Amino acid sequence: MLEFLSRLFSRDNGSKNVAKERLRLVLVHDRTSISPQLLETLKADLIQVVSNYMEIDESALEVNLDSSGNTVALVANIPVKGMKRTANRRI
Amino acid sequence: MGEVIVVTSGKGGVGKTTTTANIGAGLASMGCKVALVDADIGLRNLDVVLGLENRIVYDIVDVTSGNCRLRQALIKDKRLEGLHLLPAAQTKDKTAVSPEQMRELCGELKKEFDYIIIDCPAGIEQGFRNAVAGAEKAVVVTTPEVSAVRDADRIIGLLEAAGLYEPKLVINRIRLKMVRQGDMMSIEDIIDILAIDLLGVIPEDELIVITTNRGEAVVLDQNSRSGQAYRNITRRILGEEVPMVNLEEEDGFLKKLRKIIGLK
Repeated sequence: MLEFLSRLFSRDNGSKNVAKERLRLVLVHDRTSISPQLLETLKADLIQVVSNYMEIDESALEVNLDSSGNTVALVANIPVKGMKRTANRRI
Repeated sequence: MGEVIVVTSGKGGVGKTTTTANIGAGLASMGCKVALVDADIGLRNLDVVLGLENRIVYDIVDVTSGNCRLRQALIKDKRLEGLHLLPAAQTKDKTAVSPEQMRELCGELKKEFDYIIIDCPAGIEQGFRNAVAGAEKAVVVTTPEVSAVRDADRIIGLLEAAGLYEPKLVINRIRLKMVRQGDMMSIEDIIDILAIDLLGVIPEDELIVITTNRGEAVVLDQNSRSGQAYRNITRRILGEEVPMVNLEEEDGFLKKLRKIIGLK
């Protein structure tokens, strides 16, 4: 009886919270499906910045969005060929 | 120069056509010159919702392919001064019109009308691209369901990619009783998730079924809540500041009772 009453009067047990949580998770994944074009631009920018400090293998560079569970990570694999002397001097 | 607004949603069946018809009728009833464009080629419906299905001679494809002049294809509503419809073609498919042709058409209509409201087809393919091509503003219609809100989120992204920033949201078919019981997402929940501005909220109303059966617009019904909601949307489009009606007004008793027994 008490359970029935609490279900009747409490907002927290409603199915809308299930809906909201499911929606939130689904959108995390949906929203990370960025266009290949954007990913290419991001790649080019990354190369530019990292090249200021090290010599990298541009052809082997990999940039991907990795989503597992309810988190999303930007994973970049950038093979380094060597450090730049000029970068040390800057500091 | 008029303004071109596209009404879209992603998911089908959430009330795009009903919303287009009512915004159009609402604007016309307030003295504007309005052209409604049905961009759902192959599945035309705006004509029946408006009760104009028996008066179609030419359609949008006839205009874009040069079979007739724009003026010949526009149907003038006999009940509402200023309301016009450019019907979709029923026997062609979405590829019968190109985005470039739509842009041209909207440019033409803008010279003569205050508002051009485009009814976008469901989906995100060519029909969607056509419908948004000539638009300057966008309205996204959704209902308080997971599937509809998800599609709305996708559409908002695609609209922005097409250069239509800051679309406005219409939440349709909200059922206050279910929201109060915690069994339906509330206006705040949906706004929170989609993070766009609200244009209006339409309560679930049997009168919409009845008026649509008759080919009339509920916005002209002075006594209904859904009609009032559509009138408020119309006034907001015209730039008026209309406060959102507090839809939780009947909440009083239950809220008090909840407090008394110490439940949230």
